[in-house]
Amino acid sequence: MPEINELKEVILKYVINEYAEEDYNLTYDSPLISSGLIDSFSMVSLKRFLEVKYKISIPDDKATPEAFDNVTTIANLVLNYL
Amino acid sequence: MTNIGSYEDRLKNFSWSNAGKELDYCEGDQINIGWYCSDRVCQLGKSEKTALIWEGRGDEVRRYSYNDIRLLSNTFGAFLRGLGVTDGDRVCLFMDKIPELYIGLVGILKIGAIAQPLFSAFGDESLFIRLENAGTRAIITQRKHASKIQKILDQLPNLEFIIVVDDDGKKPPKPKEILFRLDQAEPVEQIDIFPAKAETASILHYTSGTTGQPKGVKHVHSSLISQYITAKWVLDLRDDDIYWCTADPGWVTGTSYGIIAPFAMGITQCVMDIGFSAEAWYRFIEKHRITMWYSAPTAIRSLMKAGDEVVRQFDLSSLRHLASVGEPLNAEAVVWSDRMFGKPFYDTYWQTETGSIMISNFPGMKVKPGSMGRPFPGLTAAILDPDTFEPIHEVNKPGLIAFRHDWPARMRTYWNNEETFQKKFRNGWYLTGDRSTIDKDGYYWFIGRDDDVINTGGHLVSPFEVESALLEHPAVAESAVVAKPDQVNMEVVKAFVTLNPGFKADDELELDIMNFIRKKLSPLAMPQEIEYMDRLPKTRSGKIMRRVLHAQEWGEEIGDISTLEND
Repeated sequence: MPEINELKEVILKYVINEYAEEDYNLTYDSPLISSGLIDSFSMVSLKRFLEVKYKISIPDDKATPEAFDNVTTIANLVLNYL
Repeated sequence: MTNIGSYEDRLKNFSWSNAGKELDYCEGDQINIGWYCSDRVCQLGKSEKTALIWEGRGDEVRRYSYNDIRLLSNTFGAFLRGLGVTDGDRVCLFMDKIPELYIGLVGILKIGAIAQPLFSAFGDESLFIRLENAGTRAIITQRKHASKIQKILDQLPNLEFIIVVDDDGKKPPKPKEILFRLDQAEPVEQIDIFPAKAETASILHYTSGTTGQPKGVKHVHSSLISQYITAKWVLDLRDDDIYWCTADPGWVTGTSYGIIAPFAMGITQCVMDIGFSAEAWYRFIEKHRITMWYSAPTAIRSLMKAGDEVVRQFDLSSLRHLASVGEPLNAEAVVWSDRMFGKPFYDTYWQTETGSIMISNFPGMKVKPGSMGRPFPGLTAAILDPDTFEPIHEVNKPGLIAFRHDWPARMRTYWNNEETFQKKFRNGWYLTGDRSTIDKDGYYWFIGRDDDVINTGGHLVSPFEVESALLEHPAVAESAVVAKPDQVNMEVVKAFVTLNPGFKADDELELDIMNFIRKKLSPLAMPQEIEYMDRLPKTRSGKIMRRVLHAQEWGEEIGDISTLEND
């Protein structure tokens, strides 16, 4: 099972590559949803990435904007389903 | 007392000419929206009144008075003129909801150029299609979005200027880029306002249809008359209101009621340029003491999903009137808002093509939860028989929503596509493409679209556009795209695909295709589900039968499948 820091690194790298358009200095705690960097539609693809990558299923009612609001909260969410 | 007073009396006495007179406009006069949104408000003694309170990330707040809007829109206009941009040129606004977007639109209109606002989440292909069709000469954008323009620049010979409004100047500009900082520019006290007349083009908004590429809806400066009077009577905007329209000006609500109407009325409005969260929204209302809130069913349903408890953490007692637009507002949302805020959301119905509110629940009128309301005074509305295109007079019988094409904010054509524009009319009626019934009290009840266009979160997505983009993915051989029901967004995009040889139908590929569409078109257009098929349902002539797939998703009867291709 991956460590939390390893999870955070993978997720951060994915978010930067997939969603940040230019010169974003993202950290583990940068707001993603509440900042508007990732909208509710794009959140679906991020959730799908996590499910495919870690072979897990995140229930829709747990995939809230709050749970997806930064890399740390996302990693903690993923940990619950590993 | 409401602004509209008695709806029945307004029906009897309404004239567009009288509505124009409220703006001191008479037929034949000049009517430049940019001037109305800034200079005129100042001339009416509101120079120092707050026009715009903007909040961005990191609690950044900026405030602008009406005199600021006047000066800064002059500055924007003068800058564009200095580049040689002139009346009739298309100038695209491709930005997040930052103040430069709001002020830039006013500046563009002041010099008689045509503003072309586009949703900043559009991918490079969505952007290309719209810029190419419009023959856009200049685009105003932010550094973070400029790379999408660079990708398609070679294919856009008409695009001469990429104006970047937030660049720090540390790196050299890329091809065709010009750096322009409104906050650092010398304010321009006076510019010559272009003498726009009623039929002078003002705004080009792109909208999606079932077939073909997106269409540029051409609006004109006299649309202001409709936008002004509907904002006054439907949104009930008053001089002391603090108004919040949550729509992005990349879409028509964000311009008609997020820029033009409130500015022309001299109202104080607030804009929040951060992502959605229930807490942030309620905090925004509490902090700014918002009185009039114009939002969308998807947002309202998301707020409902966040629960009642979070509502109670904030003082929302400032709210005086609430309205909604973009898709049908379900009865549960109306009842919920009445319970939580002490007042219902009033549904309003209109389209990019109509330019202003057409059917609505009016303040002071009984709200029937789930109903669209009644037509705005001055409009001739009807439900038409889909075969004869004659009005249906029978109560509760479904038909096509249609209007006589004679209100000021109506679209004048589809840009470079008069043929498709003409197809929107039958027997002199403008066909909206939506279906509804009318009850015994004259209230309209929405049924659905008359075509395959997908309404996701209040935004229209063309299945054709998504299907075409899917075919550009190397794995996809054939594609069909339909709406799938969704609790929050009403509908979301679902794709059915067959694969080319050598590709494996698995979850990794599904994610890859989703991201491909998200970046190419937009997050809205991204299929939220992709179903792999061995073959798609087709007619014997080879046409994909979307309706079979749609019926499957919605649990409906498939209907006549006699033309379905067999093995």
